Amino acid sequence: MSALPQGQGAQSILLEAQNITKRFGGLSALDQIHLSIPQGSIYGLIGPNGAGKTTLFNVLTGIYQPDSGVFKLDGVPMKGTPDQICAAGIARTFQNIRLFGSMTALENVMVGRHLRTHSGLFGAILRLPSQRAEERNMMLRAQELLDFVGIGQHANQVARQLPYGDQRRLEIARALATDPKLLALDEPAAGMNDTETATLGQLLQKIQAKGITILLIEHDVKLVMGLCDRVAVLEYGRLIAEGIPATVQRDPRVIAAYLGAEIEASSEGGSG
Amino acid sequence: MKSKVLIALLLIACAAALPFATDALLGRSWVRLLDFALLYAMLALGLNIVVGYAGLLDLGYVAFYAVGAYLYAMLASPHIGMHWPIWTLLPMGALLAASFGAVLGAPTLGLRGDYLAIVTMGFGEIIRIFLRNLSLTNGPAGIDLIDPIQIGGFSFGASHSLLGWDLPGIYSYYFLFLGLTGVIVLISNRLADSRIGRAWAAIREDEIAAKSMGLNTRHLKLLAFAMGAAFGGVSGVLFAGFQGFISPESFTMGESVMILCMVVLGGMGHVSGVIMGALLLAILPEAFRPLSQLQQATFGQVWLDPANLRMLLFALALIIVMILRPEGLWPSPVRRRELHEDDDASPFAASTPGHSQ
Repeated sequence: MSALPQGQGAQSILLEAQNITKRFGGLSALDQIHLSIPQGSIYGLIGPNGAGKTTLFNVLTGIYQPDSGVFKLDGVPMKGTPDQICAAGIARTFQNIRLFGSMTALENVMVGRHLRTHSGLFGAILRLPSQRAEERNMMLRAQELLDFVGIGQHANQVARQLPYGDQRRLEIARALATDPKLLALDEPAAGMNDTETATLGQLLQKIQAKGITILLIEHDVKLVMGLCDRVAVLEYGRLIAEGIPATVQRDPRVIAAYLGAEIEASSEGGSG
Repeated sequence: MKSKVLIALLLIACAAALPFATDALLGRSWVRLLDFALLYAMLALGLNIVVGYAGLLDLGYVAFYAVGAYLYAMLASPHIGMHWPIWTLLPMGALLAASFGAVLGAPTLGLRGDYLAIVTMGFGEIIRIFLRNLSLTNGPAGIDLIDPIQIGGFSFGASHSLLGWDLPGIYSYYFLFLGLTGVIVLISNRLADSRIGRAWAAIREDEIAAKSMGLNTRHLKLLAFAMGAAFGGVSGVLFAGFQGFISPESFTMGESVMILCMVVLGGMGHVSGVIMGALLLAILPEAFRPLSQLQQATFGQVWLDPANLRMLLFALALIIVMILRPEGLWPSPVRRRELHEDDDASPFAASTPGHSQ
């Protein structure tokens, strides 16, 4: 695992998508999308509702198979089921939180460790020393991750009973437990207030500092523009702009499609 | 910790004394019933792996019971003329049933809920119909004169005297079944609290999220089918040796439903609850038997055949339990949480500024 800080691979591309197309019936949810996500960056994916952001996520995480096009992670073409893609290094969270609700926070993260651990049926039945050691390590690692996202004190609380913002953090911790190269976050700030969104932003930077690349779908434009190294804008399944936030923000097509009103609103509200 | 050991010892002592007390108070036939109750407990614990742990509704579970039973019946009876010892047939029964579990599970992997239930029900019936029509299994007549279980020179079928007491075979079988139930309980508990057990729980709760976290759900589901089936196979081997005679009629869909009821009524996923469910449902119907004498005495004739009445009361009890306690009589804390999620405050209401510090 390369835990190199960002900067080193600013030019190298971690995820490259070419010509991704996905149709549902006659509707093109994604139309020939090209995407290059630099290693170590936070990459924003924005666009109005129904633009195809989540569909793209589902393609990149193996839940949907694209009708055409390929994507590569670290130069390796990705194809297969969600678990294979997760094993290859793309972990995700969900727009509508999908935790294992009646398991504790710690157990949720331990499920995330499943992929990187090995003990099987007989190890568990016989309680072999190797299995017990692995179990202990898994628990320590899970606790570490919970501390990292800032909910370590809730380790033994049932996931469903956690406050909303903490559930979002728990989902991030669970995804991090799979040791991803690319962490794909689907609207992590949805439903959060300003304070929570700000701490979430700090958390994402902490994750980036560990060398993990982040793909971020977000509606909170302020968060995206402040945090992301690059931004891609989708509209009706097409990529209409791509670049560093400052350029994208000024792109007339983007302003027309989506940003205009919101940018004004946010600069009025948050001129500080 | 110390009190836990004490409780365990107490439980073991009670379980050991149970057949003697039952014999003295209720008569010998009830000891036999206890033996059956333990067989059902093992079956229910096996099905619990599939239904309770992994959340896969299996309505054909009795097929694996049949596989184990027929394996023993064919290889330890005059039917073919082979008399293999139990210590080879017991693991063979577990393995054979596990392979059946995996093979029958494989085509169902894409199915969920009702569809899975229908297909597994079909598989269960297919196995039974095969057993009924193959000459190898002696068709509907079944196989009899099956060897009693024997370890070394000790036959579980024969009477033995202990400290001057004359104990018939049902006692030896009781202790054998009790011991094996103990082993199955241990395995169930250890599995629940393991990497595999957590993965099963994750699949049960949210299959898409589980897949997205890198869980190979196909592999894990097959593992659950195989593991549950293995317990069924073990129970089947024991059943054949204990009963001495088996026929396809012992393995009807009604049995599958009964075992499922034990799991659901007791508390899916909770080992103690499942055992309680199995004991209750195996013994309760017998307790209704005197109702026929009662009817004879009060009305001068039997209005309702106790066998029918039994099923009626049984169904009624199940419906009531499912309405009042959908999580079962003795659920695991986890299951209770799953079924009472509306008791929690809305997550949105709990989201106030500052809580995440």
